[in-house]
Amino acid sequence: MTTPLQVTTARLRIPVTERDHVRGPVDAPVTVVEYGDFQCRFCGAAYPNLAEVLRQRADVVRLAYRHFPITNVHPYAEHAAETAEAAGARGRFWEMHDWLYEHQDQLDPVHLSLGVEQVGLPPDEVGAEVGRQAHADRVRQDFVGGIRSGVNGTPTLFVNDIRHDGGYDLAELLAVVDAAAGA
Amino acid sequence: MSDPNGLITAGQVAPGFTLPAAPDGREVGPGQFRGRPVVLAFYPADWTPVCSDQMALYQAALPELERYGAELLGISVDSVDSHRAFARSRGIRFPLLADFEPKGEVSRRYGAYAPRGQSDRALVVLDPDGRVAWSHLSPPEVNPGVDGILDTLDRLGTDRRVDAR
Repeated sequence: MTTPLQVTTARLRIPVTERDHVRGPVDAPVTVVEYGDFQCRFCGAAYPNLAEVLRQRADVVRLAYRHFPITNVHPYAEHAAETAEAAGARGRFWEMHDWLYEHQDQLDPVHLSLGVEQVGLPPDEVGAEVGRQAHADRVRQDFVGGIRSGVNGTPTLFVNDIRHDGGYDLAELLAVVDAAAGA
Repeated sequence: MSDPNGLITAGQVAPGFTLPAAPDGREVGPGQFRGRPVVLAFYPADWTPVCSDQMALYQAALPELERYGAELLGISVDSVDSHRAFARSRGIRFPLLADFEPKGEVSRRYGAYAPRGQSDRALVVLDPDGRVAWSHLSPPEVNPGVDGILDTLDRLGTDRRVDAR
């Protein structure tokens, strides 16, 4: 008897709450949750497409971002994630998030510090906070929640709690969001 | 137990074995970790994209597996030399076992060997007594993630608490 191949449809196990970083209307019928790694080039490729989906479907979709740094492959990913959290503690999460994805080749400590300054935050203060790992627990909680939900790499998107196992080009993302909105 | 056409299933006694492992070629096998859960991650090959992502993910998730006292062993038909270079490139610090000579022998005994000459992408979780608690066969191109492993380790932890009463 041959063992059947097993593919399960992964579902988001950690619901979106006020602790999440969310962009878009709070009552949007479609919620996209992204598990991302700021040093992952596939996440970088998906970033402008997700921004465009939010622009074209402004009343329909909101995006929640959670951290999933694969630090053994991406040595700058953890610091980048914790820096985004430090910015979030100062009300600038999305500004930092955008800077990180728009400067993926500049995530080394020197350039990262310049980036913090560019989004209008005190680089020394933020750097010290990240240095004493003040936001490490938060990043780890995102990561662990992700693996429990079946995140198997980055980016992983959940569209209304169902894992999106397709691609990340604009047309496909729009189609997935529209399908979820019509469901 | 060694059905050539099917992956070993829950409840069966896991075949004992040791294989040379990266980085230093020492012999490693599940019997050395009796008393703790052991996760066997069979995968087709070093260096191919999905495998790289799966093993890199498992390294990142390793602290969560260690919270259960679990030991993680990766297994493919690649040589120790290939495993060593692959582990270095992906920052992998758990043992990668070389099912290299005789090729695929251990994978076959677990029903995790594909006719194309590679291990299947299969997960087998052994309980602390060396019995199969859970097994899962993925399509070669699909990274099965970690959730099924963690769910099984959760269940084993619960079962053990029940046993201890």
